[in-house]
Order: sequence, then structure tokens, then C-alpha cells
Amino acid sequence: MTASPSPLTVWTVILVLGIGTFLIRWSFLGVLGNRPLPGWVLRMLRYTPVSVLPALVAPLVMWPEATAGQPDPARLSAAAATLLVGLLTRNVILAILAGGITLFGLLYVLG
Amino acid sequence: MPAPRPDSQQASAGVPAGEDLGDRTGDRAGARALARTPAQAFRHGMVQSLAFLIVIVPFAVLFGVVATEAGLDVAQVMGFSVLVLAGASQFTAVQLLSDNASAFIVIVSGLAVNLRMAMYSASLVPWLRGATGRQKLWIAYALIDQSYALSIQHYERHPRLSLQQRLAYFAGAAVALCVPWIVATWVGATVGQAIPDDIALDFAMPITFLAMIAPMLRTPAHLAACFVSIVAALALAGLPSGLGLLIAAPIGMATGALVEKRMANRDGGPA
Repeated sequence: MTASPSPLTVWTVILVLGIGTFLIRWSFLGVLGNRPLPGWVLRMLRYTPVSVLPALVAPLVMWPEATAGQPDPARLSAAAATLLVGLLTRNVILAILAGGITLFGLLYVLG
Repeated sequence: MPAPRPDSQQASAGVPAGEDLGDRTGDRAGARALARTPAQAFRHGMVQSLAFLIVIVPFAVLFGVVATEAGLDVAQVMGFSVLVLAGASQFTAVQLLSDNASAFIVIVSGLAVNLRMAMYSASLVPWLRGATGRQKLWIAYALIDQSYALSIQHYERHPRLSLQQRLAYFAGAAVALCVPWIVATWVGATVGQAIPDDIALDFAMPITFLAMIAPMLRTPAHLAACFVSIVAALALAGLPSGLGLLIAAPIGMATGALVEKRMANRDGGPA
């Protein structure tokens, strides 16, 4: 997180993402009405979050920018703790806390 | 997610006027729900949303902090929370922006995270079909995971609510959820400017994503989608920023769909 993205890029993203997200939400309520979605579309939609988010996060966990891309025991442990607590409790905030405590604890211990 | 069948329920409940089919459970909560004025339904929606604030408020503060750390100014951070109003895609966009991914890749990825909301929109149609165009615009704006989950549960549990009661309940939930999201983002952005740079905040975003993913891994199909998309993303990590994601995610989605279909065939196959 060094070079800030240009303001023009950021505002373009905000506006287009905002409008696009609105249109997704409005789609069926607003124009498509009661049209049934084909089964395969529904199936694909169901798995978008569990595919997009892991694909985004996996490289960040394996090769953190803060350690110049070297795998880091503290960050790998923090990731494991977050996943574990998230799976066990199904609670997003508890999982974030577990990851944060593990990370700062290990960074402190490991120097 | 169980598909709602409000049309058939209403059709069958509409015919015998004397018989009380209003609430399947026939409980007192059902009678109370039907007796509420729109103002009371609005308050009811607000009250039932409160529990979600335990997650939404810290989450929004965190977004404000990490987005500020990623180099966005307060106006941009607020722009995200007011105009996009979707946590996971806001985090996704900020992460990719700070990786210097192209605007195109940021937008496509952010939208992909929100595609599930098309399902929400579709499943609300039978319940809110009669709303005016302007009301539908507001519903679409405020259709987030929590307002959707609360409303669809409420509508399915009390199929004989009037349209006004349904709209008021949604509005109550939407106000109680979206206003704190926006305010807490501003708090986070303000706090973020005061946090010294040497704290290891680089990992706040990955931890947040992992915390969002874990509770979603409910079925073997979800696990398979997640696993395949991780393997693909790691294998494609050498590609320009964000491009690996655009290839890995559809592979994961297809895997999930495939596993779901196979399991359904096995379970529901001819005996």
C-alpha cells in the first residue's frame, strides 16, 4: 500500500461500481420481473463470493507485500487462526479478532 | 437457500376467506405481525436489525481505516460506502486499487462479488411486485445481505402481510443497517488518518476477507469452489495484478456448480 491510486481512477471505480451494483440489485425488481433464472446461472451465482474472495486473498496470504513477498510465519498463522475461528463460530468479528490477536502476538514474540 | 413460493401460498390462502391460513404456525407473533401499522412495522424492522450492527459497525470502521491506509481520502472512502454500499466488494475494490490493478479489473471484480444480489432481487419480486417505481429504486439501493435476509425471512413467515407492511419492514431494516454502515465508515476514515504507519495494517484486509469466507463454507460444493479458486489463483499469481483473479474465480464458480449438480443427482437420483 505505497503509491496511492490516482483520484480519477478511484472516482471512476466508485461511480461505475456504484451504478453497476445498483443495477444488479434493481435488475429483477425493476425490469426483469418474475422471469425465472436458468438453473445453471443460479448455481454459478451461488458460488461467486466463495470463489472471488479466496482467489483475491490467497496470494496476499502466501506472499505478503509487507515482507517483500516472502512467506511469513506470523501472517500465515494469523490467516489459519482467522479461518479456523470463522469456521467454528461462523462469526465474522470473532474471526477477525482471532486473526488480529494472532498476528500482533506473533509479530511481538518473533520480533 | 430455499426458494420462496409466495404466489402459490397466497393463491391458496386467498380463496377460503373464513379460514385463517394467515400464518402457518398460527402463533401470536403472526397475529401481531398482521396487526401492525406501517409505522409499527418500520420500527419492528429496525429492532430486528439491531443484532446485525454488532458485525456491521466494526466492519465499516475497519473499511474506513484500511481504505484510508490504502491512500484514499475521506471523500473517496465515503463515496464507496454511500454509492456502492456493499462491504465485500468495497474491500475487494480497495485491495485491488492499492495493488495498482487497472480500473477495469477493479470494477469487474467488485461487480462479481455483488452478482449474488441478482438472486436477492429476483426472490423479492413476488413479495414486492406491487411497489411503485420509486419505492423499487430505494429498495434496490438498500438491498444488502442483511436487509435481504431479514425481510425474506419475515415475508415467508408471515405470507399475508400487506404490501405496505412489507415495505415498511424493509425500510426499517434498511435504515437501521445502512445509516450505521455509512456513519461508522466515516468514523473509521477519521480514525485511520490518526493511526501511525508502522502498525502492521497491511494484513487487516486479508484477515477480513478470510473472516468473511469461513462462514460461507457450508457445503462440499462451497468448499470445492473455494479450494479450486485458491489453487488457481496461486498458480496464476504471476499474471498482471488482478488478472489471475478474473480467471481463477470463474473456475471456482464452475467447480461449485458442478459439485452441487453431481451431489443433487446422487441424492435425488432414481431409487
